[in-house]
This record gives sequence, structure tokens and C-alpha cells, in this order.
Amino acid sequence: MSEVSPEKIRELKLIANKIREWTIKMTYAAKSGHPGGSLSAAEIFAVLYFHEMRVDPNNPEWPERDRFVLSKGHASPAYYAALALRGFFPEEELLTFRKISSRLQGHPSLIVPGVDMCTGSLGQGLSAAIGMALAAKLDKKDYRVYALLGDGEIEEGNIWEAALTASTRKLDNLVAIIDRNMIQLDDFTDRMIILDPLEEKWDAFGWKVMSINGHDVVQIIHALNEAKKEKGRPSVIIAHTVKGKGVSYMENTAKYHGKPPQNEEEYEEALKEIEDERGKI
Amino acid sequence: MKWEYESPRKAYGETLVSLGKEREDIVVLDADLSTSTKTAMFGQEFPERFFNVGLQEQNMMGIAAGLARSGKTVFASSFAVFATGRAYDQVRQSIAYPQLNVKIVATHGGVTVGEDGASHQMIEDIGLMCGLPNFRVIVPVDSNEVRRVIRFVASEKGPFYVRLTRPALPTITSKEDDFVFGKGMLMRDGEDIAIIATGIEVSYSLLAAEKLKKEGIDAAVINMSTIKPIDKEIIIKYARKTGAILTAEDHNIYNGLGSRVAEVLVENYPAWMLRVGMPDKFGRSGKWNELLAYYEMDENGIMKAARKLVEVRK
Repeated sequence: MSEVSPEKIRELKLIANKIREWTIKMTYAAKSGHPGGSLSAAEIFAVLYFHEMRVDPNNPEWPERDRFVLSKGHASPAYYAALALRGFFPEEELLTFRKISSRLQGHPSLIVPGVDMCTGSLGQGLSAAIGMALAAKLDKKDYRVYALLGDGEIEEGNIWEAALTASTRKLDNLVAIIDRNMIQLDDFTDRMIILDPLEEKWDAFGWKVMSINGHDVVQIIHALNEAKKEKGRPSVIIAHTVKGKGVSYMENTAKYHGKPPQNEEEYEEALKEIEDERGKI
Repeated sequence: MKWEYESPRKAYGETLVSLGKEREDIVVLDADLSTSTKTAMFGQEFPERFFNVGLQEQNMMGIAAGLARSGKTVFASSFAVFATGRAYDQVRQSIAYPQLNVKIVATHGGVTVGEDGASHQMIEDIGLMCGLPNFRVIVPVDSNEVRRVIRFVASEKGPFYVRLTRPALPTITSKEDDFVFGKGMLMRDGEDIAIIATGIEVSYSLLAAEKLKKEGIDAAVINMSTIKPIDKEIIIKYARKTGAILTAEDHNIYNGLGSRVAEVLVENYPAWMLRVGMPDKFGRSGKWNELLAYYEMDENGIMKAARKLVEVRK
């Protein structure tokens, strides 16, 4: 699995770390937002925007670009951080997140450079991604379409409508990534709805299924490469992750799904843990 | 009055086919109702640009959004009850908010769906769609106007809701008439009251006006095809002229044409007003024309309301 150089792997880890730092800073500055599901997806954003996807920050609407749909729209802090770090807009703007004069709406909106689809109401992004993948086929373009889904999100019926359609239409230019962090707003997913066996479900719906550690950039890269080789069906990557990853008091709890650090001590502690982690990369 | 009758759905299907020949960017979606909505006509001609997604109205609206975001001009069709009610949140989040180039053309609006009954008789869709920012709402009056409206919405960027009805409609405009978006069309002038109607109710209003004339009530009839944005000018003009406005629509009296007209009157020129439409009740099975009579939405119902309006104004 040595598909990329050690330097590149280190770079991606540092970017994921930076995305975590911004997630904490943005949500703390806004006094609102969703850190838990942003922290769990940091490596996924880093690999997509700094390795996998063909994008041009100077030309966000470039017709040949790969498309990304953040179906779990509440992970906007990590998404905006990835876009800013990639150069779509200035990093300073990140601290305006959720503020009255800002472009950075609570959930992704098309007014933000680099955002391909507005989302926020869960369960809809995969459908939009299908539309984009169909357009690529129709126009004989080779761009690929990526959708990031939450595991709680796939409780929505619309996702399974889309899952049926994507395989029916043989959309091998479409990749769904499920951030399987096991927790949704109220509780652990398993206490709400039994989603497992998840791999078998997607397999039965006609998708190529890969299960990986979603915090391992090498595994993410490898799975995305495997998806490219697949012909005649869409791919789903079930990325097993930790909710709140990288901030110990936010890990494996629903408490910080939609809550920023609650006070100065929590804020400093989160940033210190992230900084310590950076030292180890 | 002797009118020719023509299916608005067939006019829609034919217009899609001719647009498809002219423009590569036109794509059409349906959710297993294409033989009823007549999008199948487009599908036969352009199978690669036609996506029948099966019974997935919600998914269809999301896919429509993704196609539009990729440069396509998208027509998405189903029955009005499914295209708006069933898929409302998808339409709101994925089409209205990002203002994408999707034209939702729904057939089977209103109680005139007939025998299928209340489950399929959509009487809230005008309200739902007028309440959505970025959406513009049009109810064509006949098949000639359907052709003009479909061509118009294809030429304009952004979301539109076009509501068609199931029965064949009497042809009351000529092929040469223009469709002027956002403008009501005076079909018949009058001094005593003004009937502002939309869709199938316009022809019934004309029939009523003809008979009312014999009773000494001189009624103007305005075809209000564009419900949003509504033509304030013509409403105010006829409120000034007659002081008595009657609205008629195949829709709930709440949140439809009558409500829009009332808003304009109250804010600009308060006048006596009555509304003909579904009386905030679900419909029932029956022939469409029987239903219009049953709910007092045919010419007799309109005449009854007109007489009452003339009474209260005194």
C-alpha cells in the first residue's frame, strides 16, 4: 500500500491536524457549530482536498473539476477549513463562521467558493451527487463525484433511494464515504437504529464496499484508488472513525456533536491536545 | 360558448420534445408517472436525456438539483401531490435555496384529478410553492398557454413551479397570444365585479360572467396565470374600478390565488372580496366536473358567489 511517499503522508496528517485546530477555533469563536463530526472526518477531508480531488482553487467552478458533496452538512467547520487551507478563500475568514456578515453559513451554501452543493437537511446530498455523476456520463467528462455521509444520516430513507438508483445507473464515477463514528446527535447510533451489518446492506444494494480505518490516510488513499478501478458500479467506503477524534473529552460522546468547547479551559485543552499531536507527526 | 378542448399534459410533452430537439442541455426526470405526465414523449425521443427514477420523488428532486448544478436545464415531473408535498424538503433545500435551474412541472393539480380521490387531489401546492423563496409559480390556462409557459421557463434561469391539471382544458387563448410573465390577462371587461381566476377556473368564470350579464351583473374576468410574482397592478386597477373582487381556483381557499389577491388588496386598496375554491376540506372521488359542481367551483358556484358579493357590497 505504498501508493504515496512518506512525505506526502506526513503532509496529509499535518493538514488533518490543522483542520482539527480550525474546527475548534471556528466553533469556539462562533459559540456554536458541530465539532464532533468534523473532528472524525479530518483525515477524509485532508486526503480528498490535498491528494485525491482534481480542483482549482483559482477557478472554483472549473467544469472539469471533481465534485464533492458534504451530505452531512453539519461538518461544515472541517469542510470550510479544508477549502481555506486548499486556497479557495483566505484562512482568516474561517473565524467569521456563522457570523452575520460572513459567507460561511452554518451549513454549506453555494455562496462559499469551492462548495459544489448546499446541504444541511440530512439524507439529500447523495441524490445531488448522483445528478452530478449522471451529468458527467451524459457530457462524456471524466470528473468524479464524492459524497461524505454521516452514519446517523443514513437512517434517512432518501439515502436508500439514492443507493438503489446509483447502482441501477452503474455510476462508477461516484464514491460515497460514510463517516462511521457510531454517534448521532442524541445518542449512539446503535441505540437509535440498528445500522449493522452495514457492509452487507450496501453490498446488497449493488455497491462495491470497502471498510477502512478512517483516521489512516494511507487506507483512505488506497480505498479511493480501488474505487477508481471499479467499473459498472458505485463504491462506498465505510470509514470507521472516532467521534470528536483528537480532543479527548470530545471523543466517543454525543455531547459535542453540536456543541463547541464550553469555556476557556476546554478551549485551551482542546488546542493543546491538537498541538501535542502535531509534535508527534 | 363553444370551445375546443385539448390536453395540457400532451401539450407539455410535445413542447418538451421540440425543446429537446433545439437544445442539448434539456434533461427530463420523472418518477414512474411518465405515461400520465407525458414526459414519456421526451423519453422516447431522447432516452439518454430522460431519467425515470422509479418511485423516488425525493431522490428525483435531489438528482434534478445535481444535474442543474452541472449545467443542465432540468424538467422534473410527477403528480402535483408528490412533486410538491412528498418531496417538499428536497425541493426546499436542494433546489429553492441554491436557486438551481430546475423546472418542476406537475400534472394532476387540484380536485379535478377526479376519481382517484383526496389522496391524489393536491389542493395545497400553490401555497407550498409560493411560500418558497426563489420559486416562481405559474398555472397555465389552456394548452396554448402551456406551450408558451414551458418555452418561457426553459429560457429563464432558476426554479419554476408549473401546475397543470388532468382534464383537457378549453382553448380560450389563441396561438398568437403572448405569455407575459407576472401579468394577468383581461379576458373580458366588466364594471360591477372582477373575477380573478387561474387554470381551469378561468373558463368557468367566463361562462359565469356570460350568464351573470343576463342577470344584470357586469363581471370582468382576469386570467391570473402567474401566481408568483402576482400582478398587483391589475388587481388594484380592478379593485378601484369595481370595488368587488371574486377569486376562483382549483385549490384550497387558503394559501392559493385568493390569499395572494387578498394580500394585495389589504396592503393597497381594500375592497370587498370573496373566494371560490376548496373550502379547506379534502376532496372525494367522482368525475372532475361533478366535483367542481359539488364544491361549488363550476359556473353555478361562481355565479352564486358573485351574487353574494354584489349583495354584501351594497
